[in-house]
Amino acid sequence: MAYETNGKSVEADEEGFLVNINDWNEDLAGLIAKDEGIDMSPEHWEVVNFLREYYAEYQIAPAVRVLTKAIAKKMGPEKGNNKYLYELFPYGPGKQACKIAGLPKPTGCV
Amino acid sequence: MEEEFEGGIVKKFMFVNRKAPYGTVYALEVLEMVLISAAFDQDVHVAFLDDGVYQIKKGQDTKDLGHKNFSPTYRALEGYDIEKLFVERESLEERGLSEADLLVDVEVVSRAEMAKLMGEMDVVMTA
Amino acid sequence: MSTLHTVNKSPFERANLQSCLGHAQDGDCVLLMEDAVVAAMAATALAPKLADAAQSVKIFVLGPDLKARGLDPAGVADGIGVVDYDGFVDLAAESSAVHAWL
Repeated sequence: MAYETNGKSVEADEEGFLVNINDWNEDLAGLIAKDEGIDMSPEHWEVVNFLREYYAEYQIAPAVRVLTKAIAKKMGPEKGNNKYLYELFPYGPGKQACKIAGLPKPTGCV
Repeated sequence: MEEEFEGGIVKKFMFVNRKAPYGTVYALEVLEMVLISAAFDQDVHVAFLDDGVYQIKKGQDTKDLGHKNFSPTYRALEGYDIEKLFVERESLEERGLSEADLLVDVEVVSRAEMAKLMGEMDVVMTA
Repeated sequence: MSTLHTVNKSPFERANLQSCLGHAQDGDCVLLMEDAVVAAMAATALAPKLADAAQSVKIFVLGPDLKARGLDPAGVADGIGVVDYDGFVDLAAESSAVHAWL
């Protein structure tokens, strides 16, 4: 599939994950989020930006368990827990937030 | 060597890396296997010997290859609770490398100690 | 309990066998198979090394792989046992773990 943004077509796989992470920008993130039924709030952006920083440092999309722990470490336990993250991303922070962040599907996620 | 843990059996696994990165796909495939294994709450060990020590050499830059540099991912293992990383001293020395050349915290062990560790595992996967 | 190590690469091309022998513990078994069977022959330059290793580990070679390569089991070095597929299965079953040096 592909996303159409600013008159440009951006290639994605059949599940909507970007083929090339360098195609990502904030407008595109908003578009992907809309496809996922998510209206991006500052809280959503916080997680998406965290994921992009994690990817820049480690070159992988973290497993949900690892993401939750890393968020707890950086932003505190009130955000680093499943309930908070699933409320933001009902179909799974791993899958949905990674997709919006332009990252590949987390390793080990089926 | 096995113990019951939350209804499941915990086994001692060791993933042994013997090949340099990029020339073949083995190093990346083993790394993915290690990351996936973390989801199963097993006692995971990762070993680097022979040319496998090159996988965690500092300063890798693959831009000109057009190949992803996956060496930073070894530093993510700690966050996956995979903290038992072993490197064989003889393999480092044969290649003129030392612990200071490695991009991740490891335990450097002798070949004899590595052999003993391998013997203590329930499952050893080498590539 | 002992480990069965399997090696399937020629020692003239790769260091798998060398590394395996460097990590096998006393009493372990090493099975030479596929391209590694060449290492079992008495006439190779590696024979002294294998004879030395055979002091502490039990070395076997897979007969069908010798045969396929035109190598005569009679030419296998003393101290190295020739096994068929059933023998391979027995070795694996008698070991606590199998370690394939791919």
